Amino acid sequence: MANSVQADTLSPQGTSAPPGSSEPLADLAARYKLTVSGARPGLFAYSGQLWARRHFIVAFANAKTRATYSTAKLGQVWQVLTPLMNAAVYYLIFGYLVQTKEGIDNYVAFLVTGVFVFTFTQSAVLAGSRAISDQLNLIRALHFPRACLPISFTIVQLQQLLFSMVVLCAIVLGTGEPLTLKWLLVVPALVLQFVFNVGLSLVLARIGAVLVDIKQLLPFVLRTWLYLSGVFYSLDSYTDKAPGWVARVLEANPGAVYIEVIRDSLIDSHHTLPLHVWGYAVGWALVMGIGGYVYFWKAEERYGSG
Amino acid sequence: MAEQPAIMSLAEAGAKSEAKSEVDVPEQGAAQQPQEEMPPTVVVDDVHLIYRVHGAAAGKGSATSALSRLALRKKAAGITEVHAVRGVSFVAYKGQAIGLIGRNGSGKSTILRCIAGLLPPTTGKIYSDGQPSLLGVNAAMMNDLTGERNIILGCLAMGMTQREADDKYDDIATFSGLNNYNGKDFLRLPMRTYSSGMASRLRFSIAAARTHDVLMIDEALATGDRDFQLKSEARIRRLREEAGTVFLVSHSMKSIRDTCDRVIWLDQGVIKMDGPTTEVVDAYEGK
Repeated sequence: MANSVQADTLSPQGTSAPPGSSEPLADLAARYKLTVSGARPGLFAYSGQLWARRHFIVAFANAKTRATYSTAKLGQVWQVLTPLMNAAVYYLIFGYLVQTKEGIDNYVAFLVTGVFVFTFTQSAVLAGSRAISDQLNLIRALHFPRACLPISFTIVQLQQLLFSMVVLCAIVLGTGEPLTLKWLLVVPALVLQFVFNVGLSLVLARIGAVLVDIKQLLPFVLRTWLYLSGVFYSLDSYTDKAPGWVARVLEANPGAVYIEVIRDSLIDSHHTLPLHVWGYAVGWALVMGIGGYVYFWKAEERYGSG
Repeated sequence: MAEQPAIMSLAEAGAKSEAKSEVDVPEQGAAQQPQEEMPPTVVVDDVHLIYRVHGAAAGKGSATSALSRLALRKKAAGITEVHAVRGVSFVAYKGQAIGLIGRNGSGKSTILRCIAGLLPPTTGKIYSDGQPSLLGVNAAMMNDLTGERNIILGCLAMGMTQREADDKYDDIATFSGLNNYNGKDFLRLPMRTYSSGMASRLRFSIAAARTHDVLMIDEALATGDRDFQLKSEARIRRLREEAGTVFLVSHSMKSIRDTCDRVIWLDQGVIKMDGPTTEVVDAYEGK
C-alpha cells in the first residue's frame, strides 16, 4: 500500500529517541536552526510583535466595548448615562448630605472631575487583574503577545473615559467656568494617565494570572486609594495639621497627581498647581509604563498554564 | 473488551476508505525525499511534565482547612503530583501528518500543549520550526461576539494585517458553512448561540485559513458532522502538502487512518509505539 511504503521510509527515524543515530536530539535541532518552543522573545523582538498586532489590540477593545452593551436595551447610551448617574450620586452624598466643601469654590466640577479621572485608573486596574485569567481560552487557542490583552482592556476604559470627559466638560461649563486655552493640557494629561494605567494593569495582569485571590483583595485596596487621592475633598485642608512628609507623600500619590493635573487644566477657579506636580505625572507614567511592561514580559511564556 | 465491536467496524470503514485513496496517492509516495533531506520541524527531547495539583487532598474551599494550612505553614499538605508525561522523545519531519492515540489521560493533549509552548515542560526541551499552533476543543473564541467579529479578531490575533483579514474573510465564512446554515446567516449571531459543533467548525475554519509551520489539532473535529469532517480532513491534507507538519489527536481510528501517515501511541505518559499508521493502529486495536 502506498501509505505504508511512504511510512516505511520514515520509520527508522520516526521511532522515539532513535538509538541507531548517534546524534543527540539537541544537536539535530541546532543543525536545522530550530528554536526552543514557547521561549520568551527578547524585549525588542517582543515589542516588534506587539506593534504588529496593533490592529488586533484596537479591534479587540472595540469588540469588547460593543459586547458589554450588546444585551442592554439602551446600548451604548449607557456609556454617557453611567458617568452622569455616578456624578449625581456622589453629589447627593458629598455635596449635599456630608459637608466637605470648605475651601473649594466649584465643588460640583471638583468632585466630578475627581470621580471620573480616578474611575479610569480604578477600572483599568480591575480589568487588568482579569485580563489574563479570564481570557485563558483565547490565550490557549491563539499565539499573540499576551501584553495585547491588558493594553486592550485599558483602551476599553479609555474609550469610556472619553465619553465621561464630554459629560465632564458640559458640567464644568455649566457651573460657570470659562473655556480657556488651558483646556488643551487635558490631552497630554490623559496620555500620561493612560500610559500609567497600562503599566499598572500589566503588573496586575501578571499577578492576577497566578494569584486568583487578588480579585477579592483589590476592591479594598482601591477604595483605600480612592480616599487617599482627594477625590471628594481637598487634601490640603487635611494635611495642614499633619507632619510635612505626609503632605509630600499624598501629593506624589499618582491617583491624586492625575486628578489634580486635570482639575488644574479644566477648572479656572481651582487653586493654581505647582509645576512639579506635572513632573510627578510624567515620572509616574515613565516608571509605571516601562516597569510594568518589562515586569509583564518577564513571565510571557507562562501565561497559558493558568 | 466491551467496546471491541465498535472499534472493529470503524477499522473496517477506515480500511475501505484507505483502499479507495490508494489509487490517487502513489506518486506522492514515490516523490518522497530521501530521508537525509527531510528537515525536522519538531524535536521533542526527553520531555517530562509534572502537574502540581493544589488542594487535592484538603479542600481549599473550606475556610478552616485553608486557615489551618496558613497557620501551620504546611505548604505541601494539599499538593498532589501528577506525572503526566514521562520521558517522551521523537522527531517530526516536514510534510508528515502524525496521529496521537492512546487512552484518556495518556498525555496526548499535554504533550501538544508543551509543543505549542503553552505549558513549559518540567524537564527536557522541545525545539520547533516557527510557532506551532494548537487548535483545541476547549479553545473557545469570544462567546459574546458574533461569528463575524470572531473571524476578524482571530485573523488579526494570528498576525494578519487588517487587509489580509478582510481578504480571508469570505474564504473562512464559506468554508465554515455558517454564513448559510439551515438558511440562516449564523455569522451575524453571537457565538454563545452556536452549538458545540458549529463553534468547532468556526474555530477550525479560522485556524486553517493560515498556513502553519506546525498545526496541532486536538479532537477539534470530533464534534463536526460528517460533511464537515470530510471537508476538514481534505484541508488537513492540503495544509500538510503546503510543507507544514500536522499533529492530530483523535479517538476516531477512521480519522487517524484517513489523514495520518505516522502514528504515535502514548500509554501512561510514555511512547508505547511509533511508526506507520496501519501498523500502530492495528496494534492499538489489538489485531
